[in-house]
Order: sequence, then structure tokens, then C-alpha cells
Amino acid sequence: MKTTLMEDTGANLSASLRIALATIVLCGGLYPLFIFSFAHFVTPESASGSLVRNQAGKVIGSRLIAQAFTKPGYFWPRPSAVKYTAEAAGGSNLSPAGPEVRQRAAQTVKAFGADFRRPLPADLATTSGSGLDPLITLRAALFQASRVAYARGMALSDVQAAIRRHAAGQQILESGDGFVNVLELNMELDAARKTNSVPR
Amino acid sequence: MQLLMLLLFIVMPVLLSWPLGRFMTAVMNPSANSSEGMLAILLRKTGGRMLQREQDWKGYLISMLFFNANMFAAVVLMLALQQMLPLNPDGKGPLKASLIFNTAASFVTNTNLQHYAGEVSMSYFSQLFALTWLQFVSAATGIACFTALARALAGSTLVGNFYRDLLRSTLFILLPLSLVVALLLVAGGVPMTFEGAAAASTLEGAMQTIARGPVAAMVAIKQLGTNGGGFFGPNSTHPFENPSFLTNYIECVSIPLIAMATVWMFGRITGRMRHAAVIFSVMLLLLLLKSVIALNLESAPAMAFKGLPIESASNLEGKELRFGPAGTAAMWAAVTTATSNGSVNCMHDSLNPLTGLVPLAGMWLNVIFGGVGVGFINMFIFIIVGVFICGMMVGRTPEYCARKVETHEMKLALLALLVHPLLILVGTAIFASTTWGAGTVLNKGAHGFSEILYEFSSAAANNGSGFEGLGDGTVPWNVATGLVMLLGRYIPIILPLAIAGSMAAKKPVPETTGTLRIDTPLFAVVILGSVLLIGALLFMPVAVLGPVADYLSTSIQ
Repeated sequence: MKTTLMEDTGANLSASLRIALATIVLCGGLYPLFIFSFAHFVTPESASGSLVRNQAGKVIGSRLIAQAFTKPGYFWPRPSAVKYTAEAAGGSNLSPAGPEVRQRAAQTVKAFGADFRRPLPADLATTSGSGLDPLITLRAALFQASRVAYARGMALSDVQAAIRRHAAGQQILESGDGFVNVLELNMELDAARKTNSVPR
Repeated sequence: MQLLMLLLFIVMPVLLSWPLGRFMTAVMNPSANSSEGMLAILLRKTGGRMLQREQDWKGYLISMLFFNANMFAAVVLMLALQQMLPLNPDGKGPLKASLIFNTAASFVTNTNLQHYAGEVSMSYFSQLFALTWLQFVSAATGIACFTALARALAGSTLVGNFYRDLLRSTLFILLPLSLVVALLLVAGGVPMTFEGAAAASTLEGAMQTIARGPVAAMVAIKQLGTNGGGFFGPNSTHPFENPSFLTNYIECVSIPLIAMATVWMFGRITGRMRHAAVIFSVMLLLLLLKSVIALNLESAPAMAFKGLPIESASNLEGKELRFGPAGTAAMWAAVTTATSNGSVNCMHDSLNPLTGLVPLAGMWLNVIFGGVGVGFINMFIFIIVGVFICGMMVGRTPEYCARKVETHEMKLALLALLVHPLLILVGTAIFASTTWGAGTVLNKGAHGFSEILYEFSSAAANNGSGFEGLGDGTVPWNVATGLVMLLGRYIPIILPLAIAGSMAAKKPVPETTGTLRIDTPLFAVVILGSVLLIGALLFMPVAVLGPVADYLSTSIQ
């Protein structure tokens, strides 16, 4: 009886070790390697993080990741609980019924210059789960259009047209409510204004 | 519109679960003539002579524990040595001992509670060879143990061979499915690179360091294996884990898929398809109920904005716009806590106060499809209790699957039933009343209590999501939740298998007109009753202390 138990232990140990090793190589090594090769050849651009570069080839960010914008001549993204830190993402984790969210929202309202005649779209008053949401709603972009147009000395209608062009590609499911990628929109405005000066 | 969304997210996995259940049965229980292929020989070569044995439930469990102990040891070793191992382009340093224990316990038990942020603490080696590997084999452990339970209830005292089952489910179920999902995600824009973080200088001239890595491989198995542990701290809210509406849909469908298929698999192995359909419909009903409630509650605006000049919209705090209106995130919250997945696409801590009750309730019951394999094993206990209560009502010895259910089985079943609430309630009580817990909450009052309650519920249910405002990186949290995860994993696997094993050893009783039919709508009511009355009532007091009090204190002013 005792010997069979010992034998069992030995057999269990050896089977466990062998199978662990085999599955580590397979699931931790070969499986990711296969997906990596596919991604490398088929979608090389998004596989390395959908990075966007300027004409000089310098990386200025990722199409999927929000970055900070504070100048009035740029569209601003949703507020971020992690200050757009893309190496340690996160949300506020605050209760949407709590005083901290209320205080923060009141400050945001002030920063955007909203009031009861022109209330702030809700996406601009809330932080996203990752703190890196690259999108704002079409309403939130239109809300900021006059500020951007004024700061850039552009016609309001030109800015609005640019917004609508970008929103068209981002319409998902919800009827009428499109989305705008903030970085892409700002890049386009910069490109259109090549001849003029940097935004104030 | 809302309803369409619901159908979109739930109908698809339900439809896919049927063919998948058929396929999984064929993989796990190959008919005698088909098993002697090349692959079978390959399996035997990999595992050695141990794989040729047929094991009874005890031998099966011993092998399971051996292998799981091995998993634990291997992952502790890899995490402890991470700073010396390759694939570390960003130079991640050593990890705290208590964090290593917690993370090992978390990933071995298919929980994936994460007291770290992946992009901050883990090297690519740790992410792939330690954590992704465990996401496969811990899920495979669940599927294997479930298959053994089904075989025992089909009447055999020899329930298979653990190692063989583990290899079958890893190689032929989890790997191929993960490959498909990972490739879809890659096509949808999820990164898969071994380069370190990218340095960007933004349009305004600031520096932004963008963490990335081999993300797609991990995200696929984290969803399919009901693991839930993400590559980045904020999980599937992160644009790199979940870049679009479409990837969100693929990931959400992947969450309950295998757990749903196991129910059909049970029907096929035991030859009781109608019984399986009864169980499936009870689970589906509960899932729909949770989803509809979450969808509605989360469509309400954030209470904090009352009286501020902000446009009225559904609660967008902690949500990502690309997944559509807040309701889709609430849907995911319902699905991820019905199954014990625990990946998130919004911050659960920032759900409306009452919505927070929906994920909590899912984890308390832990049988709404549940974790791969183990969800059904949990449901088995509720079925046994339901059968027993019915038997008592008519004064007959209760039977299930043509075997008598007697004192011995009932003792074990009640023990299995009580472990879950015991772990949650005792843990919450201790931490809420000491600085261990009370000193670590982010939100004050009832919401802070919910953070503690959620953490223990998530650990005991092997779920892994969290009210992440909680500062859970401390030694007491790491040790306590580590232990709760281990107890909450192995006791609810060992006891049900002991029950099924003891039933299989009994003489079958012929089914007569007096036998309780287990394939009727009436039996669905019996299961539903035992789940709701026994499972939910135990948690009523804490539900009132947490989310309900939170709601009342903020809405009545």
C-alpha cells in the first residue's frame, strides 16, 4: 500500500512537471509568437500601437491614446484621472454620486466656460475608465468650436466643417451622436494652418 | 435601442454555445475508435505513463492538486526572478513578496484579481510565460474537473484522467479558440509587439510615454478562459486592450461562451439534454435579469451633476465613449460577474450606487454560467439542495441522476454552500472594522464599505474585478485575498466531486412515476428558488449596508 502511494507521488510529480513545461512553451511562447508574426506582417501599424508621426517622422502620440491639450487653439479631450499618463492608465474610481466628482465637475465647467444657457456635454465633465479615451462626442467638439476658431483666427464654419468630417467616420450605433478623435482633429487643423502661426 | 443592444451581446454567445458544446464533448470524451490518432500518442508522450491510468475521483483530485501546486511554484519562481529574466525592454524591477503570493494565488485559481498594474510592474516575460500560461491551464483545470463531475453523474466511478483532460482542453479547446479571437483582435487594432514603451512628443510639445506590448495574446485568453486579468491596469477600458466598438463586441461575446457550452456538454455526457436545457434556461434567465437591471440603472445620469450646467446623459464616469452609451458598459459588467471573468470595460467603482449591486449579486450567486467548468460545479450544489428540499416535501429519499442523495452527500453540499458566504462575510467584517480595510478605501461612507465588500466577494467568487478605488496593494490585503481565493477555488471543486463520486458508487435506482422529474419547467423553478432563496438571502444584510445605503444616502436630499 505504501509503495503504491510513493509510486503515485512520483508519477504525479513527473507528469505535472512535464506537462507544465510543455504548456509553458506552448501557451507562453509559441502561441504569442504566432500571433506576433501575423500582426507583424498583416497589421504592422496597429500592432506596434497605432503611432502617429509628424512630417519629420517623429512620434507625436498614438491614434488610440488621448494626450493633454491645454491651449485654446486645440480641441481638448475628456478630463483624465491620471493626467494622460500612458504608462500608468486608470480611472478616477470615484462614486458618480459623491462630492469629489461634483467638485471636479464644477471646476471643469468653469474651465470650459459653460453655463446654463450653454451647458457642458456630459462626456467632457467625466473622466474615462482608462484616462486615455481618445474620443469626444460630436456635441463636445461643436461645443468647443467657437473657442478654437477664435484662438486660431479661423472662420467658425471651417472649424465646424472639419469636426463633421471627422465625426462621420466615427459614428457608432447611437443614432445621431457621432464621435471625434481629438488628436486627429487637432493634427488636421495644424496641417490646414501650415502657413499661419502656431496657435496661441 | 437598448433592447437591441442586449440581444446583440447575449444572443450571439447563446447561439455559438450549442455547436461549441458539441465540439467540446467530442474533444473531452472522444469515442473509443477515434481516440487512437497521432494526437493521442502525442499526448501520452508529453505526460508519460501517468496518462494511461483511469482515475477515481480521489486520484483525479490528487493529480489536480499536484498540478496546481506545480503551477503555483512555477509562477512564484518566474515572478520572483522577473528582473533577471529576458523580454523586459522597460526594465521592470523586482516585485514585493506579498504581491507575488497574491498574484500567484490569483492566476492559479482563475481569479485574476490584480493588485498591480500590468504596464507598471510586469515584464513581457511575466505577462506571457507566467500569467498568460496560467490563464490557459487554470481554465483547463476548471474544464477538466467539470468533465470529471459530469462523468461521475453519468454513473462511472472512474472519472477519467486529470492530465489527459487538462491537455485536451488546453490544446484542443482553449488554444484554437484563443488563436481565432486573438487574430480578430489584432485585425481590430489591438497591439502585439515586443518593443518597449514608445516615447512621443505631443502636439503641445510635452513628453508622453506610451506603454504597449504583446497585448492581443493575453486579452483573447483572458476573456475566453473567464480569467479576466488584463495586460494594463484598467483592463479592457484601455484603448490598447479594446480599441473599438467591434473589439468590445468580440470580447464581450467571448466572456460567457465556454461556460455556456459546458452546460450543453453536461447534457451530452450524462445523456440528459432536456435537463441541461432546464439548467441553461435558469442561468440565461438570471443573466438577462441582471443585464436589463444594469442597463436601466446605468442609463440614469450621475447624481453628482445635479444642479450643475452639464447636459443630461447616462452616467459616463469611468466609461469609454467608443463602446457606445453607458448601457453597453453596464451590460459587460453584468456578464463579467455572472461568469467569474472579472475583466472590465468601465470602472465598477464609478457605476451608479445601485448598479453596483448587479455585479455584486452575480458574484454572490456565482452560478450564472460562472467560471469555465466551475460555474456548473457550483450550480450542481444548488441542484442537489433543491432536489433534497423537494424530496423532503413529498417524503421520499431524494434522487438525482438515478442515484440516491443521502446524509453524507447533503453534509458535503451544505458545507460547500456555506464556504462562499463565510469567506466573504467574515473577511468583510474584519477589514471593515479595522484599519486594514477602513484605512484603504477611496470613497467615504457606504460606498467605501462596498469597496471592501466587493474585494472579498470578487476574491471568494474567483472573479477578479474590483471597486478599484480601494488601495489594495497592502500586505494585509495581499495575504487575506490570496488565502480567500485559494479556499474559494479548491473547496468548491473538491466537495462537489466528492459528492458526485459517492453518488456514482451507489446502485442506480430505477426511475418511476414517483421520481422527481429534472427535465421540466417545474424543476427550473426549483433550481431558481434554491439559488435565489439560499444564495441571495445570505447576502441581504450586506447588500443593504453597502449599495442600498449608498443609494439612499445620495439620492434623498
